[in-house]
Amino acid sequence: MIQMKFKTSKELEAHRSAVLKAQDPKRKWISFCVGTGCIASGAEKVAAAMKLELKKNGPKGVQFKETGCPGFCERGPLMVIHPEGIFYQNVKPEHVHDIVSRTLKKGEIIKELLYIDPSSGKQVTNEKDVPFYSKQKRLILGNNPLVDPTNIDDYMAVGGYTALGKVLSEMKPEQVIEEVKKAGLRGRGGAGFPTGVKWETTRNAKGAVKYIVCNADEGDPGAFMNRSVLEGNPHSVLEGMIIGAFAIGANEGFVYCRNEYPLAVKNVTLAVQQLRDVGLLGKNILGSGFNFDMSVVRGAGAFVCGEETALMASIEGKKGVPKQRPPFPSQEGIWGKPTNINNVETWANVPFIINMGAEAYARIGNKTSKGTKIFALVGKIKNTGLVEVPMGTTLKEIIYEIGGGIPNGKKLKAVQCGGPSGGCIAAANIDVPVDYEGLKQYGAIMGSGGMVVMDEDTCMVDVAKYFLKFLLEESCGKCTTCREGIERMLEIVTRMSEGKACLDDIALLEELANVVKDTTMCGLGNTAPNPVLTTLRFFRDEYIAHAKDKKCPAKVCKALISFNIDEKKCTGCGACAKRCPQSAISGENKRPHKIDQKKCIKCGVCESTCKFGAVSRR
Amino acid sequence: MEDMALVRKHELPGAPADIDERVDAILNRYSGERRWLINILFDIQAEFRYLPRDALEYVARRMAIPQVDIYGIATFYKAFSLTPRGKHIITACLGTACHVRGSIGVLEELQRGLNVKPGGTTEDGSFTLETVNCLGCCAQGPMVVVDQEYHGQMTPAKVRTLLEDERKK
Amino acid sequence: MQVRRGIEEVIPTVNMRINDLDVMAEEGQTILEVCKFYGFDIPTLCWDEGLSPYGGCRLCVVEIGEGKNTKLVSSCTYPAQEGLIVRTRSKRVDHARKMVIELLLARCHTSKVLQDLASQYDVEQVRFPLKNDDCILCGLCVRICKEQMMAEAIGFVDRGKDMKITTPFNDKTDTCRRCGACMYICPACQARCQGPDVKDPICNGCLSMSPTCLDFYDDAQCFMSESACGTCVRERKKEEVSKKEV
Repeated sequence: MIQMKFKTSKELEAHRSAVLKAQDPKRKWISFCVGTGCIASGAEKVAAAMKLELKKNGPKGVQFKETGCPGFCERGPLMVIHPEGIFYQNVKPEHVHDIVSRTLKKGEIIKELLYIDPSSGKQVTNEKDVPFYSKQKRLILGNNPLVDPTNIDDYMAVGGYTALGKVLSEMKPEQVIEEVKKAGLRGRGGAGFPTGVKWETTRNAKGAVKYIVCNADEGDPGAFMNRSVLEGNPHSVLEGMIIGAFAIGANEGFVYCRNEYPLAVKNVTLAVQQLRDVGLLGKNILGSGFNFDMSVVRGAGAFVCGEETALMASIEGKKGVPKQRPPFPSQEGIWGKPTNINNVETWANVPFIINMGAEAYARIGNKTSKGTKIFALVGKIKNTGLVEVPMGTTLKEIIYEIGGGIPNGKKLKAVQCGGPSGGCIAAANIDVPVDYEGLKQYGAIMGSGGMVVMDEDTCMVDVAKYFLKFLLEESCGKCTTCREGIERMLEIVTRMSEGKACLDDIALLEELANVVKDTTMCGLGNTAPNPVLTTLRFFRDEYIAHAKDKKCPAKVCKALISFNIDEKKCTGCGACAKRCPQSAISGENKRPHKIDQKKCIKCGVCESTCKFGAVSRR
Repeated sequence: MEDMALVRKHELPGAPADIDERVDAILNRYSGERRWLINILFDIQAEFRYLPRDALEYVARRMAIPQVDIYGIATFYKAFSLTPRGKHIITACLGTACHVRGSIGVLEELQRGLNVKPGGTTEDGSFTLETVNCLGCCAQGPMVVVDQEYHGQMTPAKVRTLLEDERKK
Repeated sequence: MQVRRGIEEVIPTVNMRINDLDVMAEEGQTILEVCKFYGFDIPTLCWDEGLSPYGGCRLCVVEIGEGKNTKLVSSCTYPAQEGLIVRTRSKRVDHARKMVIELLLARCHTSKVLQDLASQYDVEQVRFPLKNDDCILCGLCVRICKEQMMAEAIGFVDRGKDMKITTPFNDKTDTCRRCGACMYICPACQARCQGPDVKDPICNGCLSMSPTCLDFYDDAQCFMSESACGTCVRERKKEEVSKKEV
């Protein structure tokens, strides 16, 4: 651990050399993910068991590192044993004893814990051979499994703060801005505005007091890219922010993190304190004369605070109600001062641009979109998790080659990209390259990176209903078209899902959606109709089926389906009958059971209880 | 200051007599600037398990912020609760990934099992049911969190088991 | 270019183009203020000259930009800028305004202000279930209470569709001095000609917006009977007027 403050970049480098020297590259150590996702799979119990086992029976000197999220969430808890790089998945507390006694002590591989590649059917021993990882370009996520987010030395060991040292000792602010512009970095929060230009505008704005902000209010349901980076390697974001503040001329910064990410809030707050302790935040950083400090501000349960003007109002202690732009934050932001707001991932890219140089960075990606992008691949997909690929990778590659395709033999139906502001890409169109421009032709956006995969069992009218319900709750309520418009759209779609709509309702829905999109002020409201408009465009037949035929082709909308027991499959075990909340299932022991449709409320308990697949929907 | 204590008209069940002192202790951790208001409300909620009306009125007076402004902020941000919450908070995730995996069925079962609507607390004050729009554990969805414990891959059937287990504790 | 106002004050100006007319505006003005100065009519609901602009009702939207890059913005909040091109009425603008009026009528159809706007913009149907609310959340009452009466007794509470305007904790308050400014400025408070108990979400649409019955009768009929005179009725083009009440 570091005891003193770094007064110059030489001191910083000297410490780094000391840290690296103390780390024998051939030493045995374990990398174990304790991100929120793996904790949900029981990682804390495994970690506790491992620490105990190492103490009791472990070989001496084995370091057990609790790291950030590597992104392979489907297979968590994840453990990698170094230096060999042996990759174990779905680790449970009962495996811990064997891992220590067999793998650590004898070098024996435990086959049951290895990952099996679903396409080749072969077992994979090494982390670097896992296709899910090897097909990605893990510029940012790659460091997560190497770093204990609470230990700044780990970040330094992977090269952390090299870029900051270089910037503060060798570069002028204008040069830094030029590098970022040359690299072609665009905002990763969704809008894709050229970052270098934003920094330049803020720098040139009138006034000596300026602020920078990290937008970590990742509210898109199904997106957790920012959570993983902030939880797993907070220093990577903070380094980018200090460099940005220097380039812009800001002396104070804020990290605005949503309240629903308590671990991210905890880790970034700790990281900020560590930086103060070592002198990388505060006065005269590394002897450059540059003063900068930052604070962590918590969100309070409002998705709309991901919108810049609402975010700034929240930092000021007010309600998160968006304001008219112009003036833009770069000219008039927090407390009226020029403010530069960037997304977590945008900030995390900055040290890479400085370290590898703008030209090398710009070679990744394609003409309009440079660098890599992290996507949250979730829903009906075999390999749920975080995927980092060069910009321009096609949706097909992401879903099939990295994602492993659709589970349970189902067919892909659509991919919802960009969260509630985005749209659904139909299965027929997945050859589209994913970047800032590619998805626009289908009325969708890449957004912040959420990708929800949907199969034939997903009802697109239900998807539209879901997003409208979400947005109605999150709307700030100011604009008539948002507040009333979304509510009325939801009414129409709800009637459709209940079989109470007619064909005219589809035209009304479309008309209303277009006006809401055209007329609402902020990004929440004027993109709220996108899920409706894209599903109407590519899945209109489903809407017609609901409105005209009163049928739900995907068998999701409760009012339009019934649950039935297949007499041939039913073993008469009675498990479903016991659990039915309405006592609607009757039958004798070991004889096929029946559901009383008049009593059935379609809760689905029977379907999820039955081990024989005898309950189905019609 | 004493006059204010005498003028107190609203006593919510369980609002403690020393509420002003406890709120004072929280306010003294911060400068009086407006920017700390949301932090202060979080601290008050952590202290009392909700935002008592008396506490909000006291904060408004001490920070010289209009009452309706503070009340507006307390009702705007959904992380805050103006009614006492249960001893245990059960949170169901309604994020998109959880939704396509059937989180609605999970929520309905929770509602049925606890006999409360989302946001409500059971009559005996032991459980509050809340919903959240994404926890970021999409691979393990549908997610239900009980206090700090995460439960993944929930189904309506598993919910019944979970509630039985929680009640036994 | 600059404009001298008084002896010392010099205000920078910007050049804009409104409805194909080149105009000069002061920096810091909004599009609405410039339009009012030059006499371009823009309907408003949540705007009042003596209060800060809110930009919530969306009725005052105008189209800015040209070619492929045009968008609708609320003129009461959008600042005048050098080179800005504005159109105060277009197909797009009117279509938006019509829907805004329809949405507001569906929320609160008992306001004469909204009914007059419906007549002005040819809104003849309300295709959404009626909410029978008495507030359109324009916020004028909140702003007059704060900015003119210096009381700040009422405010917006909650958000989204549950948003309402009330006192802290919905309780009696001494901060409210019962001045009545909120009622004075409220557009929803202005009752329709036929009174508050009307069922029809669209009134009979007197096109000139002044009662035509006085051409035939000595007294205005709307107040006297249940619109029995029929002089202001005009042919309805669409069949459906409203759905069942919510």
